[in-house]
Amino acid sequence: MAIKNYILVCGGPGCESVKADLIQRALIREVESQGVKDDVQVVNGCFGFCEQGPIVKILPEEFFYAKVNPGDAKEIISESIIKGHAVSRLTYKAENDQGRAKINIEGVSFYQKQFRIVLRNCGLINPESIDEYIVRDGYLALEKVLFELSPDQVIEELKISGLRGRGGAGFPTWLKWELTKKIDDPEKYIVCNADEGDPGAYMDRSSLEGDPHSLIEAMIIAGYTCGAENGAIYIRAEYPLAIRRLELAMDQAREYGFLGRDILGSGFNFDIEVRLGAGAFVCGEETALLQSMEGGRGMPLPKPPYPAARGFLGKPTVINNVETYANIPVILTKGGRWFAGIGTEKSKGTKVFALTGKINNSGLVEVPMGTTLREIVFHIGGGIKGGKKFKAVQTGGPSGGVITEADLDTPIDYDNLLAIGSMMGSGGMIVMDEDDCIVDVTRFYLDFCVEESCGKCAPCRIGTRKLLQILEKITEGRGEMDDIGQMKSICMAMQKASLCGLGQSAANPVLSTLKYFEQEYLDHIKEKKCAARKCKSLVRYEINPEKCIGCTVCARKCPVNAISGEKKKPHKIDQNACVKCGVCYQACKFHAITVA
Amino acid sequence: MAKMTLERLRKLREEQQIRLRQLETEGKEIQVIIGMGTCGIAAGAKDVLDAFLEASEARNLKNVIFKQTGCMGLCSVEPIVEVKVPGMPHTIYGNVDAETAREIVKEHIVRGRMVNNHIFDRPAGDIVTGK
Repeated sequence: MAIKNYILVCGGPGCESVKADLIQRALIREVESQGVKDDVQVVNGCFGFCEQGPIVKILPEEFFYAKVNPGDAKEIISESIIKGHAVSRLTYKAENDQGRAKINIEGVSFYQKQFRIVLRNCGLINPESIDEYIVRDGYLALEKVLFELSPDQVIEELKISGLRGRGGAGFPTWLKWELTKKIDDPEKYIVCNADEGDPGAYMDRSSLEGDPHSLIEAMIIAGYTCGAENGAIYIRAEYPLAIRRLELAMDQAREYGFLGRDILGSGFNFDIEVRLGAGAFVCGEETALLQSMEGGRGMPLPKPPYPAARGFLGKPTVINNVETYANIPVILTKGGRWFAGIGTEKSKGTKVFALTGKINNSGLVEVPMGTTLREIVFHIGGGIKGGKKFKAVQTGGPSGGVITEADLDTPIDYDNLLAIGSMMGSGGMIVMDEDDCIVDVTRFYLDFCVEESCGKCAPCRIGTRKLLQILEKITEGRGEMDDIGQMKSICMAMQKASLCGLGQSAANPVLSTLKYFEQEYLDHIKEKKCAARKCKSLVRYEINPEKCIGCTVCARKCPVNAISGEKKKPHKIDQNACVKCGVCYQACKFHAITVA
Repeated sequence: MAKMTLERLRKLREEQQIRLRQLETEGKEIQVIIGMGTCGIAAGAKDVLDAFLEASEARNLKNVIFKQTGCMGLCSVEPIVEVKVPGMPHTIYGNVDAETAREIVKEHIVRGRMVNNHIFDRPAGDIVTGK
């Protein structure tokens, strides 16, 4: 007997909703008592929408019920299964967003809050099949551009769309293209920056692995628009799968005649090559990237001249990142106006974030600009792991800053993030909970910047090193009050005097955390305390002799044999040997170990 | 494939779109689509694919096609597998291991019953087809 309806109920392993289990049982009871047992299967599923849970979804009708109670089971079965219509009382209605994340697209359900333009094909098509890309309107934009639009019309469409560079700074894409287009030179270049270097960011990798043709199509369009016949993709060698799929896609595009001479019979020639980088963070900076592509050492140059005028091999060059390019075919098929209908006033379209850290549903999310951090962390991300308290989110990686609870409801766009001392960056989003020490996290980012600073200019080379030394001093309990002022003045010098974006923004994590978590710095400096217990020098484990029964568990578990004592007598920790790993603290069943 | 002209490309797109619609309405083919981005592969998608191939071979299933795709975005529940059986709603399974793969073949593909505890939702609607 074939099943006619599937009822999906919130739940499954890891689900914290107790009610969901009761609802499932109630539904199974009703299915039996109303005599539809053979037509219906009730199963667990997860919709990542805990906020509105428990959810019940009925397939194939796609009825979507939110905040369901066990008492609703009878009506759900009698109305939705037997009579086949929705129970409107339970049907989820999207809340009024009050113009925050404006979307004017009809016929798409928005309970998920995600909207996929860049990732439109990721997870849907076989990335190794050009035909699957073509079926989903692939190379349709190229068709339109080559045969219907002039280069100026393409730029006009991009201008209407309001697309801004997704690599970090948010420079208007149309302007970048126009600057290069205007220069009269027979030799120009189209470059894609796929050197994704922020810790925790992997949007571009996934985009290239899941949908390489959309980048290729966009680069051909850029070539046609700006008058370039050559393109290059700069990608780090540590993305082997992305490189393989990209090269395969380029071979297919060449075979079909989308790359090469006389594309689709239009008379336009264009080809792309892949250039591998060794994985240096500074090579994400466009002038350093170009140096590296030319075979030189990856170091930035003073700007101007900008790459639009003097770029690859000294020729006019357009550089955009993967995500920016991936938007372009959609803008040209659906129109700039369509795109401009999504997002906020000054930031249009969507942004892809790599959501990682202490979050339940880590992964790639694409949301309209103007979505709030609360929606990303608590609705899409499913909240903080283990029910811990939210502390902050680091956006923009080592160039960005923290966003705290106070700004959870700030709509995320380029300008708002700058205003609260962070930045869009490439889109890494690392969630921190109460167990993360802000000083330690900042130290981590500075450690990264010291490693990655190319060393060309003094403010960055010396400044990052100095900041790291001070932060290490503070986390080791040797901090002095003077350190905060010193850090601030070093930061200011770096922001003003560094040659490139790496040095100018390396101070951001320090300034931003000082602004929002000054008390935590003061606790480390004055009280020599680390509330999150991450700074090992400031943590001390001790055994309370009154509670210890001498079970020897801690002594046996201690990896450095720092605990001694006779059986059935209180034990003692040798503070000189202790490495503060916390194993004893977790192992003790009698709560005899204290941590301060 | 020879080089495309504009007409050829349009024809190819149209033909393929018609073929896809036919596949959906005639419903002869079962599709199993496995997330094979770095996140999926790191979580064990290759073992899952092997388990699927073995299980369907053991049952002598002829009308099942296995395909790969990129990252769907739900990286925390990789490996992810989408199962499209004609007459059944398309289903996305997460946290799939070899055991779950065998279960999906046995229950979902052969018996038409969904497998408990592994169902997830697609994170967003599709702007291309409007679904």
